Amino acid sequence: MTLLKDEVQNEVRERFKKLTGQVRLVNFTQKIECHYCEETRRLTEEIASLSPKISSRIYNFALDKEVSQQYKIDKIPALVVEGERNYGIRFFGIPGGYEFNSLISAIYDVSRKATDLSLESKDKIGKIDRPIHIQVFVTLTCPYCPSAVTMAHKLALESEHITSDMVESAEFPHLVNKYGVMGVPKVLINEEFGFEGALPESSFVDEVMRAYKSTKEAKDKS
Amino acid sequence: MELDFILSKEEEKPTGKTELIYDLLIIGGGPAGMTAAIYAARKRLATLLVSKDLGGQVLVTAEVENYMGYQYIEGRELVNKFKEQVSRFPIDQEIGEEVEELSQEKDVFSIFTKSGKKFRGRTVIIASGKRSRSLNVSGEERLIGRGVTYCSVCDAPFFEGREVAVIGGGNSAFEAVLDLVKISPKIYLVDIASTWRADTVLVKQIEKEKKVTFFPRHRVKEIKGKERVEGIIIEPLDGGEEKSLSLEGVFIEIGLVPNSEFSRSLVNLNEAGEIVVDCSNHTNIPGLFAAGDVSSVPEKQIIVACGEGAKATLTAYQYLLRLR
Ligand SMILES: Cc1cc2nc3c(=O)[nH]c(=O)nc-3n(C[C@H](O)[C@H](O)[C@H](O)COP(=O)(O)OP(=O)(O)OC[C@H]3O[C@@H](n4cnc5c(N)ncnc54)[C@H](O)[C@@H]3O)c2cc1C
Repeated sequence: MTLLKDEVQNEVRERFKKLTGQVRLVNFTQKIECHYCEETRRLTEEIASLSPKISSRIYNFALDKEVSQQYKIDKIPALVVEGERNYGIRFFGIPGGYEFNSLISAIYDVSRKATDLSLESKDKIGKIDRPIHIQVFVTLTCPYCPSAVTMAHKLALESEHITSDMVESAEFPHLVNKYGVMGVPKVLINEEFGFEGALPESSFVDEVMRAYKSTKEAKDKS
Repeated sequence: MELDFILSKEEEKPTGKTELIYDLLIIGGGPAGMTAAIYAARKRLATLLVSKDLGGQVLVTAEVENYMGYQYIEGRELVNKFKEQVSRFPIDQEIGEEVEELSQEKDVFSIFTKSGKKFRGRTVIIASGKRSRSLNVSGEERLIGRGVTYCSVCDAPFFEGREVAVIGGGNSAFEAVLDLVKISPKIYLVDIASTWRADTVLVKQIEKEKKVTFFPRHRVKEIKGKERVEGIIIEPLDGGEEKSLSLEGVFIEIGLVPNSEFSRSLVNLNEAGEIVVDCSNHTNIPGLFAAGDVSSVPEKQIIVACGEGAKATLTAYQYLLRLR
């Protein structure tokens, strides 16, 4: 039995006809102590089988320690969507439910090495010259969440300094507690800054720039 | 929970052209706006659809059993079918844009979006629907995402093992309670009315639950908490003593308000904030039409919104013919 129903597979296959460049799905997993590790691995392989443009690699989080470190993976299940290079586009926890949309969008954008962000947004984030880490907390039943996740991933694709994670709340209760997540989507930038809710592109970018400037100023002072 | 994989229809459309004066601008991409767009495309009107999202309230509707052609269909599945139909036509779209202002100069309407875009058209259909109503009490806005929520399907999982309040007495309030009884040790149901408006089946089911304490005829006075919700203060309508309930989550399900603010200075609204229309979707301004939940049409249903969207375009078309 496949995870994806036939009709979903067909639809995805159709959509993947528009892929141009190669995409690699890198999955970190482990057999024990992980709710959806098994399913995330199967999803990775099923998706890769739907297009000749997509390949997959499965690593064991504990055994393949070097690779996990190289990709800076600190929790599992983890799925990295990379193309020509690693853009910092990651999913922690299974991209199921509504988040399946975020996964398909990420693959599409990475393959085409392009996003539909406005010139203005690209201009703004082009100024970023320090690491920015965006985490988007979601639940799989949240219809508003994929737009926030996809926005964060597009920013990661456009800027080599931005890394963006989807974080599935049910899989990581300790992070939910640590950051006090009580509603989704919740976007955290560099651990300190953040906002709740799905914002339109321009406001999302402004929040990222605000976080960037605050960390920069703090760094400049010290 | 069963693991499923939801794929929404693609949106890859020509975007809005600022230099053009469109025949028709449609504000809102719910059932009313999407139907209006299809009718406009079939009449070959130069049309721009501007919306925060495609799908509107149907995106958060679990199941629909009263839309013709489907005995049962999930809300998001119905949205996919709508989108598929819209995607067959070359309609310019600006999705993810929020309209902040609508104005008129001579015969041309202009809309301004939050991100600073401006589009112009000879006619406009407002189909911006409704959104969740807020309580307007102290603490509410500050504690959104910190215990205050308007989307129980999204956020219920965060309240496992926590005491919560659900505010409201209609179907969505009772459905929220139904989700929460599985995970929460204690639920207060607070509503301003003395009788529940939810379906009897649902009410009967919830009344059996020992975890649920009912406070009909009570008003929420305040939501308390510094970093997170710590409690609420409620008071009986007939002037009894107020009560302080300590809890960590407040699910607000008290109905909807029309998204009509951006048109307020131009068009007549009724006391509920709905745009007043006649039976052919005319507002008091020639060339400006409204359809669906945002309008004063009595019934708020998907099939009604679709019908109203269709009517609005046909009326706008007649209006444009007379202009030429
Ligand atoms: C939980 C729930 C369950 C329901 N169940 C049913 C049911 O079973 N059967 C049924 O027939 N009906 C049901 N309804 C009612 C039905 O969903 C609505 O009547 C219908 O969606 C109204 O359509 P609409 O197009 O008028 O507005 P909406 O669906 O509200 O769509 C409005 C659109 O406008 C956009 N918008 C709003 N403001 C702006 C702005 N300023 N700028 C740009 N875009 C904007 C929104 O993003 C949205 O896309 C339900 C509603 C809810 C909330």
